[in-house]
Amino acid sequence: MLIKRKQFIQLGSLATASMMLPKFLKAFEKPMMVPQGNKVLVVLQMSGGNDGLNTVIPVRNDIYYRSRPHLGIEKDKALSITDEVALHPSLIGFKELFDDGSLGIMNSVGYPNPDRSHFRSMDIWQTASESNNYLYTGWLGRYLDAQCAGCDKPTQALEIDDVLSLALKGENLKGIAMKDVGRLYNTSRNKYYKDVLAHHKNSAEEKPVDYLYKTMAETLSSADYIFQQSKLHPSSAQYPKTGLGKSLQTIASLIFSDINTKVYYVSLGSFDTHVNQQNEQQRLFTEMSDAVKAFVEDLKSNNLFEDVLLMTFSEFGRRVSQNASGGTDHGTANNMFLVSGGLKQKGLINPMPDLTDLNEGDLKYKIDFKDVYATVLNKWLSADDKNILGQRYKHLDFI
Amino acid sequence: MTVTNQLKNQHLIWRAGFGPRAEDLLQLSTVSQKSLFKSVLKDSSKSPQYIDVADNELKGLMMGMNDMQKLKKADLSADEKKQLRKQSQKDIKSLNLAWLNEMVQSAAQLREKMSFFWHGHFASRNLNIFYQQLLLDIIRRNALGSFGDLLREVSKSAAMINFLNNNQNKKDHPNENFAREVMELFTMGRGNYSENDVKEAARAFTGWGADLQGEFVFRKFQHDNGDKTILGKTGNFDGDDVLNILLQQKETAHFISKKLYRFLVNDNVDEQKAIWLGNRFHQSNYDIKSLLEDIFMSDWFFEEKNIGAKIKSPVELIAGIRRMIPMKIENEEVQLTVQAVLGQLLFYPPNVAGWPGGTNWIDSSSLMFRLRIPQIIYAADELDMKAKDDDDVMMGRREMMNEGAFKVKGLGKVNSIQIIKAEIFWNDYLKKFDAVQKENLLAEISKTILQTPAGISNDTLKGYIDSTGKETFIKTATIQLMSTPEYQLC
Repeated sequence: MLIKRKQFIQLGSLATASMMLPKFLKAFEKPMMVPQGNKVLVVLQMSGGNDGLNTVIPVRNDIYYRSRPHLGIEKDKALSITDEVALHPSLIGFKELFDDGSLGIMNSVGYPNPDRSHFRSMDIWQTASESNNYLYTGWLGRYLDAQCAGCDKPTQALEIDDVLSLALKGENLKGIAMKDVGRLYNTSRNKYYKDVLAHHKNSAEEKPVDYLYKTMAETLSSADYIFQQSKLHPSSAQYPKTGLGKSLQTIASLIFSDINTKVYYVSLGSFDTHVNQQNEQQRLFTEMSDAVKAFVEDLKSNNLFEDVLLMTFSEFGRRVSQNASGGTDHGTANNMFLVSGGLKQKGLINPMPDLTDLNEGDLKYKIDFKDVYATVLNKWLSADDKNILGQRYKHLDFI
Repeated sequence: MTVTNQLKNQHLIWRAGFGPRAEDLLQLSTVSQKSLFKSVLKDSSKSPQYIDVADNELKGLMMGMNDMQKLKKADLSADEKKQLRKQSQKDIKSLNLAWLNEMVQSAAQLREKMSFFWHGHFASRNLNIFYQQLLLDIIRRNALGSFGDLLREVSKSAAMINFLNNNQNKKDHPNENFAREVMELFTMGRGNYSENDVKEAARAFTGWGADLQGEFVFRKFQHDNGDKTILGKTGNFDGDDVLNILLQQKETAHFISKKLYRFLVNDNVDEQKAIWLGNRFHQSNYDIKSLLEDIFMSDWFFEEKNIGAKIKSPVELIAGIRRMIPMKIENEEVQLTVQAVLGQLLFYPPNVAGWPGGTNWIDSSSLMFRLRIPQIIYAADELDMKAKDDDDVMMGRREMMNEGAFKVKGLGKVNSIQIIKAEIFWNDYLKKFDAVQKENLLAEISKTILQTPAGISNDTLKGYIDSTGKETFIKTATIQLMSTPEYQLC
């Protein structure tokens, strides 16, 4: 989908800023840690539509077992957190977080008129739009627009990936996507690119080439900064050698530095378990649980766990009933995990979904995900959530 | 910008194909667009050859299964399954490279370009090489024919039936995946049907399946014979009836035309033109060739605002470089890495919606890598990008990514590093500039390489060009101009 940009930030200032190396070097003079109260958000996207009912399991609910004669997870196999509720057997690290008071579970999160197509529902979650409304910017991209209007580097939002998600694309600014800090840095040191960039003049009306130059300017100005920061206090903790493990270690290293990044974004998937759900979910949850556990321990030993909030989401949950192929089809409302040392509400924050009150076999949402976003933007990132989300959503109490 | 005849012709060749070939450069300044398009059509008139890269041993395994009447995957032994999977993954890489070579070398540029469009439109991930080959063949055979035939054949292909779970779509246990996507992505587009239409259509597609050999099968005992109501029509419909109903809808013609306008003309759609195209497409009973003529024979296609206005997709970028400066790539598979890193690995679309295109191709890291590719090719620079670790892709790509990988010191992390070992055949390209005076050389190269004027001044550019001789001047100027933001556009 094409992003329509009504306005373009003046490229000249960015291009100039990218040459002002001394300004970057000043970063070294600042305190080494994220200052007290400087909160960081880590968004973990579970791509493909995770089956929430086999994630946070209602182990005393007959309807659950009746609907899932094959897929239902037995009570004694799951990781019990209350008399009624247990976590998926592979979420061992999350069970420890629960015991530790560092895990919040928000049930039945969704939105009105849910869409069951992956990319549409993912668009809705990433743009924070209503389901009948199309936005070309992401909610974190608009946060970037609001927070970083005068910034010379859009490093306030970083995605650990080779491709930038819509969530981090704003009207005027885009987050930086990088799988590997050193690689981005090496590329950016080329003098030819700096010369090419310096010669570009924005045309009167926006042209596709301007878009390319804008991205180039932002990249050059950010790459060096991120690289230097990542070298300040690299995480030395043990992480699993998985994709997510490596990504969270990169994030930890940057959190330990003096970088201005407030939002990190990382994805895991695919949770699209139409078939062979048990094995797939088990594999993905093991990767997720082990990586998040290592990340939390690393943050704790650096006394930063109170300042970091990790939030998971998936574009939708799945149908209550299993399908005929050992899996589940696309559904609606789902749960979210909140992981932090700074939670005000812990454990099960709200009731489990009511399986006696379904909408054509699907869970009804009780909490609009945009309420969660508004809460995070306002209470955690100290941003103007109404401006970013386009309207006032409810503020919740978990932070 | 002056829109010269040459620029218009280059525009046509970039959009109706994968860019100009070195050997065609000389004629592009003189021929007219109409006669050029006629020859483009003629070059694509023949039915294409089936691309068959499947391993002989794998074929033997399949034949053996035929003999033993093992028709379902469940009938295979664990070893047979493993062999099938491993060899299939390897063969899909070969299929990727074989088709990419067609895009570069085939005279049937328009057919391959449209096949590339349909490959993204009928996006299907499937790790079975035979299914992938069959689907690609359906697409290439019908690429310029009737959209109705194409839709019907794709819908009955083993690749699509498996990818969208129609093998699991049974009476009383409908699986809606295919029914939803056929409406949302393949025909009408969102907003033109209800959730109930999806549910009812899923019932009509019950019983549609495919066997292990890739043959379509209708399992009549799994088919729901009750009445269904779809888009206002009621009857005991089957899958073919649903496809016909979908083709009757004008929305289908408009949806496809608009998408094609974005792909061939401009991401900013001129709504009036798109509506006109959609009406004509519906009237012609979905004749793709007529639709293409409506676009490429028009005057508006050659308007300045449409020239150099599209961001090349990664595959267009790679194929375009290879057509302009022909080369032999010793380690062919490195092209798969480039595709993956830039976000477009053929046969591995991100999801059933295909690649979103446009500015979505460009993020900080992908742009910087694009700028480096020509230099990597020319200077045997290092390629130290690792493709996204996408679990959805499963082992196939991971194995692919690790081939030829080794560790780099100094970066602190393990990177997949590969070098593009290419030998460039410059002769045809250099000929284009034989008669050009030295003082005009840079301007002439620029006009040949770029569809939108370079931002960097010639004086600055000269600082990065080797002027020790005419040939090296042309070569290094070409590489540097290919390493600009402007070259990302066509």
